[in-house]
Amino acid sequence: MKAFTKETSTVVAVPGVNCDTDQIIPGRFLKADRAQGYGQFLFHDIRRDEAGELDPAFPLNREGAERSTILLVEDNFGCGSSREGAVYALVDHGIRAVIGPSFGDIFFNNALKNGLVPVRLSAEQCDGLADYLARFPDAEVTVDLENAQLVLPGNLRRHPIVIDAFARECILQGLDEIEMTFTYMEKIKAFETERMASHAWLAR
Amino acid sequence: MAHMNAPRTMLAKIWDEHEILRHPSGPSLLYIDRDMIHEGSFHAFADLKRRGLKPRRPKQIFGVADHYVPTLGRTSKDAASPAIARMIDTFDENMEWGGVRHFGLSSRSQGIVHVVAPEQGITLPGLTIVCSDSHTSTQGALGAIAFGIGQSENAHVLATQTVWQLRPKTMRVTINGTLGQGVTAKDVMLALIAKIGAAGAGGHAIEFAGQVVRDMSIEGRLTLCNMSIEAAARFGMVAPDETTFAYVRGRNFAPNEQEWDAAVNHWRQLVSDADAVFDREVVLEGADIAPMVTWGTSPEDAVSIEGRVPDPSTFDNADKRKAATKSLEYMELAPGTELSGLKLDKVFIGSCTNSRIEDLRAAAAILKGRKAKIQAIVVPGSTQVKEQAEAEGIAAIFREAGFEWRDSGCSMCAAMNGDVVGPGERCASTSNRNFVGRQGPGARTHLVSPAMAAAAAITGCLTDVRRV
Ligand code: SF4
Repeated sequence: MKAFTKETSTVVAVPGVNCDTDQIIPGRFLKADRAQGYGQFLFHDIRRDEAGELDPAFPLNREGAERSTILLVEDNFGCGSSREGAVYALVDHGIRAVIGPSFGDIFFNNALKNGLVPVRLSAEQCDGLADYLARFPDAEVTVDLENAQLVLPGNLRRHPIVIDAFARECILQGLDEIEMTFTYMEKIKAFETERMASHAWLAR
Repeated sequence: MAHMNAPRTMLAKIWDEHEILRHPSGPSLLYIDRDMIHEGSFHAFADLKRRGLKPRRPKQIFGVADHYVPTLGRTSKDAASPAIARMIDTFDENMEWGGVRHFGLSSRSQGIVHVVAPEQGITLPGLTIVCSDSHTSTQGALGAIAFGIGQSENAHVLATQTVWQLRPKTMRVTINGTLGQGVTAKDVMLALIAKIGAAGAGGHAIEFAGQVVRDMSIEGRLTLCNMSIEAAARFGMVAPDETTFAYVRGRNFAPNEQEWDAAVNHWRQLVSDADAVFDREVVLEGADIAPMVTWGTSPEDAVSIEGRVPDPSTFDNADKRKAATKSLEYMELAPGTELSGLKLDKVFIGSCTNSRIEDLRAAAAILKGRKAKIQAIVVPGSTQVKEQAEAEGIAAIFREAGFEWRDSGCSMCAAMNGDVVGPGERCASTSNRNFVGRQGPGARTHLVSPAMAAAAAITGCLTDVRRV
């Protein structure tokens, strides 16, 4: 996992409450090998018009949007299917942080495992940021994970980033979780031996 | 310690029993009893291979082919495209490679993972169960902690048989009284999600309680827990009781007769203590719930079949106003339209929400001696359900009514296997998600119960099942 300490970028606002993972990546693309890159599938169907052409009105298709590494989204972003492909699509497109009022729980976890930082910001503050960005599209936002601060442009206030300390530590260091868990293997095995003694049928 | 005697919820009891340790910064390292694999899990296997690892506890891992399988034919050659066939073959290869017991396409135990797991006794009270699929919440219906994970977490489980998780808050959903005629577990869930919203249970584990739930069959409870993820709940759970024990006994991967009494004694201890405190309480009156139908593109967009498409301009939340306006555009519906009588193109009965034998019986009871006016397909939740329905004569009722009687799989629920609803087509579906494009690009989905789907098939439009 790529380590994340601090990211400063312009922001693309992707509208829509309950933007589910089917919108982030339609199911038919989930067969793809990761090696070919999932960025091309990001928001595939909602980025395009009926003829399959990129819709210039979709925020991510606007000029300069490809340089942004931070998205601003609405309530319950990433709800629905557990497909990690939704996170692969964002990450492979170059997105490093997503700011929104709330996220689907599984999406939130998947993001953290892939070095994508989901930042929870109240709906009012998200609206404030969206309004500001509408007036100043070149304004930059900084996601400073090291100091757990979201630095907003203009007169918008700073905001603490609330992520559990464990996930934050992993992502700051780009730590591999499996490797880390292996260091607890003795405890796991002891626990397991005891559990199997009373649940022999579990592993038949 | 006094603390140990404090009343606990079922969630807390099962959680504590599986907590290997708690990290100082919060999350628990949970022991995972069983992990279910499907074709979509290939990323996790690729991850293991990259690391030179193998599944650590293969006997606690079970594979089922469901998301990509054809429903007309039982070999990967019957798949809709070579790329889809490849998914099914890769699944078999990965299962062989990992030494994992699996129910492939041609197995008589094949089916949708969340239908197969309870059917085989893989899902049991008191267990922790994961699967890289959000509807794993279904399996909590037997009194387990069951939840969907991503592929990174899945690789972690395969490699360690554990997962790091923050303990969710608890929400008790009590459904009092009894349900009216024609009202099912599906309607309860649509009513609940309409009430609390698609994000309403975010960060919470739901425990379903109340007379309606106690009286409900395991199949109905599976439907409740299945849809709890559509309210953004982490888990859905129902306390195990005599109904649960009777359901579980004798199943393939359940405790055997010698082990049975000890297991049941333990399971009885797992129910929430009478004075356990939940972080949130939601109460529904069973008698107030009508057969439900969705009008928009989120499961929260649900109303009684006697209702009308709402007018977004009357919503007080600006975001919801915008979302509903967009939904109605996609659904090609005008505010104020009566839902009953809305013309349909297709009916789909299937998915891990509503494809078990009771679901098929409920639909067949409506269809008996009648004919579908529109294209209708029924996809049993498992090959065993299919065989049972054939033996009971239910398959014949569907066929005589003009339904296509298919082989088991996820099919038109997620449209990954090539079974799709065409662009602009309107479908009454017993599945769980009416998202934009879920059943195929441009597809318009109305979520309903199996009986409502059957009623819709014979009239060709959304119909109150109580009137047919
Ligand atoms: S039936 Fe639908 S919701 Fe259930 S596991 Fe399959 S694709 Fe997912």
